[in-house]
Amino acid sequence: MEEVKPQLLKITFDGIEVEVEPGTTIMQAARKIAEADESQGHLVPPAMCYYKPLPVSGGKCRACLVRVAAGSAKDPRPMPKLVPSCITQVQDGMVVENTTNQAVLDTRKSIVEFLLINHPLDCPICDQAGECHLQDFAFEHGSVKTRYEEERRTFDKIDIGPHVQLHMTRCILCYRCVYTADQITNQRVHGVMNRGDASEISTYIEKAIDNDFSGNVIDVCPVGALTDKTFRFKNRVWFTKPEDAHRDCDKCCGKTTLWYRGDEVIRVTARKNTWGEVTDFICNTCRFEKKNTSDWVLEGPTKVKRSSVISANKYRKDLVAKPDFALKLAATQFKNIDDSRPYVTDEETIRHQSIENNDKANHRSLAANNN
Amino acid sequence: MARKILTEHINVPGIETFDVYRKQGGYTAVEKAIKTMTPEEVVEEAKKSGVRGRGGAGFPMGMKWGFLAKPEGVPRYLVCNADESEPGTFKDHHLMKCIPHLLIEGMIISSFALGANKSFIYVRGELMYVIRILEKAIAEAKAQGFLGKNILGSGYDLELVVQPGGGAYICGEETALLESLEGKRGNPRNKPPFPAVKGLYQSPTVVNNVESISNMPWIINNGGDAYATIGIGRSTGTKLISASGHIQKPGVYEIELGVSVDEFLNSDEYCGGVRKGHYLKALVAGGSSVPILPANLITKTAAGEDRLMTYESLSDGGFATGTMLGSGGFIVFDETACIVRNTWNFSRFYHHESCGQCSPCREGTGWMEKVLHRIEHGHGSMHDIDLLVDISKKIEGNTICPLGDAAAWPVASAIRHFRDEFVWHITHPQEATQPGAVYMGEMVLG
Repeated sequence: MEEVKPQLLKITFDGIEVEVEPGTTIMQAARKIAEADESQGHLVPPAMCYYKPLPVSGGKCRACLVRVAAGSAKDPRPMPKLVPSCITQVQDGMVVENTTNQAVLDTRKSIVEFLLINHPLDCPICDQAGECHLQDFAFEHGSVKTRYEEERRTFDKIDIGPHVQLHMTRCILCYRCVYTADQITNQRVHGVMNRGDASEISTYIEKAIDNDFSGNVIDVCPVGALTDKTFRFKNRVWFTKPEDAHRDCDKCCGKTTLWYRGDEVIRVTARKNTWGEVTDFICNTCRFEKKNTSDWVLEGPTKVKRSSVISANKYRKDLVAKPDFALKLAATQFKNIDDSRPYVTDEETIRHQSIENNDKANHRSLAANNN
Repeated sequence: MARKILTEHINVPGIETFDVYRKQGGYTAVEKAIKTMTPEEVVEEAKKSGVRGRGGAGFPMGMKWGFLAKPEGVPRYLVCNADESEPGTFKDHHLMKCIPHLLIEGMIISSFALGANKSFIYVRGELMYVIRILEKAIAEAKAQGFLGKNILGSGYDLELVVQPGGGAYICGEETALLESLEGKRGNPRNKPPFPAVKGLYQSPTVVNNVESISNMPWIINNGGDAYATIGIGRSTGTKLISASGHIQKPGVYEIELGVSVDEFLNSDEYCGGVRKGHYLKALVAGGSSVPILPANLITKTAAGEDRLMTYESLSDGGFATGTMLGSGGFIVFDETACIVRNTWNFSRFYHHESCGQCSPCREGTGWMEKVLHRIEHGHGSMHDIDLLVDISKKIEGNTICPLGDAAAWPVASAIRHFRDEFVWHITHPQEATQPGAVYMGEMVLG
């Protein structure tokens, strides 16, 4: 007898057809396309709050909004509003526009702007810099200038325990750490207090977070709001060398990534996949206490993908595969920069060079065609 | 005199007690529905009546009931949304305070129609005294056998619970209300799933406004068809309007949908006109979240037709020249009102009430408020006006719940219709920041 397979649903994402199982979200379908063909990685909508290992996460940051040009084969009407791709399930015959729709890109740009107006931009002293999702998101979709002139929001510092450092000013309220505590620890002692832009992640009456899996909130945090106290100011992540390793642990799976500086293990994290998501959560013993190579069985260097951890020169725009119109967008923005300013930032120089090179290349190919 | 459905007996002394309410024909609809009708017939009457949700969205109530999923073995819930907290809207408060049994009668009929055995009235937490009035009325109805086990010997059980709200405007959004009712933080849920499929405690749930439910006794007594004859077109029945601002007689009025805005504003039966010696400048027709209209677009639509108090007529012309009936908060401004200050005030409210869950609303409402604050206090610059328009556009439609839209619309519409006043605030900061200063430029006065 033949095995009964579930009926696959066919959707078109940015002009690429893909077949997925029922119940798949648009985001997962896009990731499937990118996993099959790595050069399509830029098609995947960014996710600041959605985290696949944490069910019910998503829908909050609105970074992944896409346009559904046709709801399904049965009902081909477009959806009236942009929908969050991380929680919207696909229908057979759905047509989704992500990078091919200017309205989606404009909205995404405004989401970067919204997230950054109260973010401190202290990347030079932030331990998350280099593996920060907001940094990537802002680099890929944001504008060079801010239109926000007001004072940024700040919070009183609170201490949430010996392992985890909380910087509330950097938080973008993705709720991932709340779901982590809900789903993998016995009792959640932190949550979101207050309302609106005064909301903050906090423990009730500044209680310390103390359980064996509390360290995982560091891994799920997309920004530098929750960082590792044992790694604080030790090094920039791009100077460290990740190695996969494991050990026999009675609390967790023991599969981790060790981050080396020379021969010294300066931090231990859970392993992450292409999308920056933890594959297996690890316990605090592995994370904070086992910092000698002798504690571990090494498996070899971690494969670094562009989208998971910073690789050398990641932020050079000319090395990032971009659709043509993104370059055009960058070109128009560059022209708007105030030239009377006495300095030029590195990014601008690089972008300028990249645009020039691109123009030259276009020019050459045009000349070749004419001849 | 216009027909009254909800407020017919509201001035009868002692109407808040069971005996007086019963003498005025109260609870006859419950008897009729439970003894002589099936739940499906009650739903059918609601559909025929064409009564639309009175909370603001105006979605037909009968159709909403029709969407309720009915899986076997899963309880269904009816939740009455009495978390009325929109600035300018105070009709439900008035109704519950004066004639609590009307809501309770409506709740019994509606719960019966939906097959709910436990129903909730989620009352705004600030209205503690109204909660006590409702609880007293529920106890009276229970003592008379209209609530509790085996109502009127029919075998139908209903428990009615009054829940004080969590003290937030956002808890008036139906999914945030359900979260709050479950004892959680009042954050709106992502939709779908809609409450009709997965609502309170993951069970199918209908959430209706106080006024919508209070229409049910009349609809059962007189029939849905009779209800549908009142009003114009798809705007059937009567509507409570909370009139406030610079008018002669502020208060709650029940109107037949289809009364002209001009009549409502100027006749002695209703608002009695703008206060003496002053002129109409602007009007918010449906509570603070709907677009504001200037005097020249209030009584006539852009096409020159009379504007009526109906869902369709008020939204004639889209947002370019129209507005919405919303929840019926009718706020009138005369020429002494400063639109910039008023917009800032509304914006401050939405900034304060944003739940902080999704980024456009959390960050955008605060940003708009700060920019408006700057303009109002004489520190604005010309690009701030376009910045405000751009922020409002980026919030609108991109949020989880309609609070983002509600925050964006008043700002966008104020700039659309009163841009010169914003410009004046920026170009004349000295004059604009004087106490009581108002722009009197080339204003069109009504």
